[in-house]
Amino acid sequence: MQDLGEAFRLALSLVLSGDADLVEIVSLSLRVSLTATGAACLIGLPLGALVAITRFRGRNAVLILVNALMGLPPVVVGLIVYLHLSRAGPLGFLGLLYTPTAMIIAQTILITPIIMALSRQVLEDLHAEYAEQFRSLVLSRRQQVAALIWDARFSLLTVGLAGFGRAVAEVGAVMIVGGNIDHLTRVMTTAIALETSRGDLALALGLGLVLMVIALGVNAMVQSLRMTAVRHAYA
Amino acid sequence: MHMRDAVNGIGGARAPEPDRATGDCRAATFRGLGLSIDGTPLVRDLNLTLDPTGITMIMGPNGAGKSLLLKLLHGLIAPSSGEVSWGGQPLSNELRRAQSMVFQKPVVLRRSVAANVDFVLKARGIRDASRRDALLAHVDLLEHAHQPARLLSGGEQQRLALARALATEPKVMLMDEPTASLDPASVLKIEEIVQDAQRRGTKILFVTHDLGQAERLADDIVFMHKGRLHEYGAAELFLSRPETEEARNFLQGRIVV
Repeated sequence: MQDLGEAFRLALSLVLSGDADLVEIVSLSLRVSLTATGAACLIGLPLGALVAITRFRGRNAVLILVNALMGLPPVVVGLIVYLHLSRAGPLGFLGLLYTPTAMIIAQTILITPIIMALSRQVLEDLHAEYAEQFRSLVLSRRQQVAALIWDARFSLLTVGLAGFGRAVAEVGAVMIVGGNIDHLTRVMTTAIALETSRGDLALALGLGLVLMVIALGVNAMVQSLRMTAVRHAYA
Repeated sequence: MHMRDAVNGIGGARAPEPDRATGDCRAATFRGLGLSIDGTPLVRDLNLTLDPTGITMIMGPNGAGKSLLLKLLHGLIAPSSGEVSWGGQPLSNELRRAQSMVFQKPVVLRRSVAANVDFVLKARGIRDASRRDALLAHVDLLEHAHQPARLLSGGEQQRLALARALATEPKVMLMDEPTASLDPASVLKIEEIVQDAQRRGTKILFVTHDLGQAERLADDIVFMHKGRLHEYGAAELFLSRPETEEARNFLQGRIVV
């Protein structure tokens, strides 16, 4: 067990020197979580928009379900994906278990309900403003969904950010389906868990610092984009 | 202009028969048209055929059902009873695509001025920047083409809404108090655009409270009160010699609600 101050100094030197292991882990984390966020947006935004603009029997039940799924425990998602991708599972033939793709799938499942539920609220508010104009123009559902998503793009960035934050910070799902294999599926959160348990606080702290900087940086970027949009009345 | 008589199913009617449908998709006919919400009748048994040309003003005090009538005619809300037809054809999406509606509070998309017009053109399968620019020039907004639309003034936003409405070259334009709370210069500019559209053959249905505006624009006037249609006739006749007590009171400023 290292002294905390010493560990912090080592962590800083690892970050500042661009330690190869650390860079590899950070790169994989970003690749997995950004891809999962992109995939979740592709699925969740149109679904959120569709629920926002349509009224159907059972809509409330769908809303309750999606809201409940926002709190899906990552380890449960990991377990479900594991059962599907393991050799004995229905998708075992794909050979995806313990690969970054499996981690992307797990994170996509984890954050799609978040993207869908949050975007539904944003788009429903906007639709309330546009609905009569859209009906007057006799737009198809597809045209309405596309217009809503485009016009709410700056608000939806925050939704995407919420999804990315959840994906990059979770550890349970990627640990189960990725296996935390060095140089293959080791990401920041799994590495932090491993290094902490091994007593190597420097790498764990270094990764923790990078994780915090990424979270703050992405937040700052999105916030700045939103403020620009508000200034130009696009938000 | 000849007098076209209003037929209100519940009393106060001038003549019992509306004009026959002309086959012109600009001619609205409604029979037994009614709308109730939560059991409260808001529009009651309206029967009428409107002239397919000119500017028809729909007037009446607050709560008369003017805006609801416009939305019923355009199919934005479904009637509780009765039916609407245009040129003898029941209201369909095809007919609605030949119409445009301008709302009291302009709906402005979160895009540039030009992109707002492009959106409507694209929805009709048209990609033509020169047509968009011509429309913006027509409403004096070309110099603002690349500005965010939501930063325009109220009058400019309404002119943008008009440009969008005109983009589809509609046969009918339905306008729900488009000049409410605008300054006089903006009102006059919008009136010019509306009159120009009418001269080009677009039928205009225009809801207003403003008697001066009715005098300036209206060819004929529909007068409503408490969801009922009380009079329909030539503007000059209605404004100078209203036939019903409600219309007289309205013109003299004695009906507010």
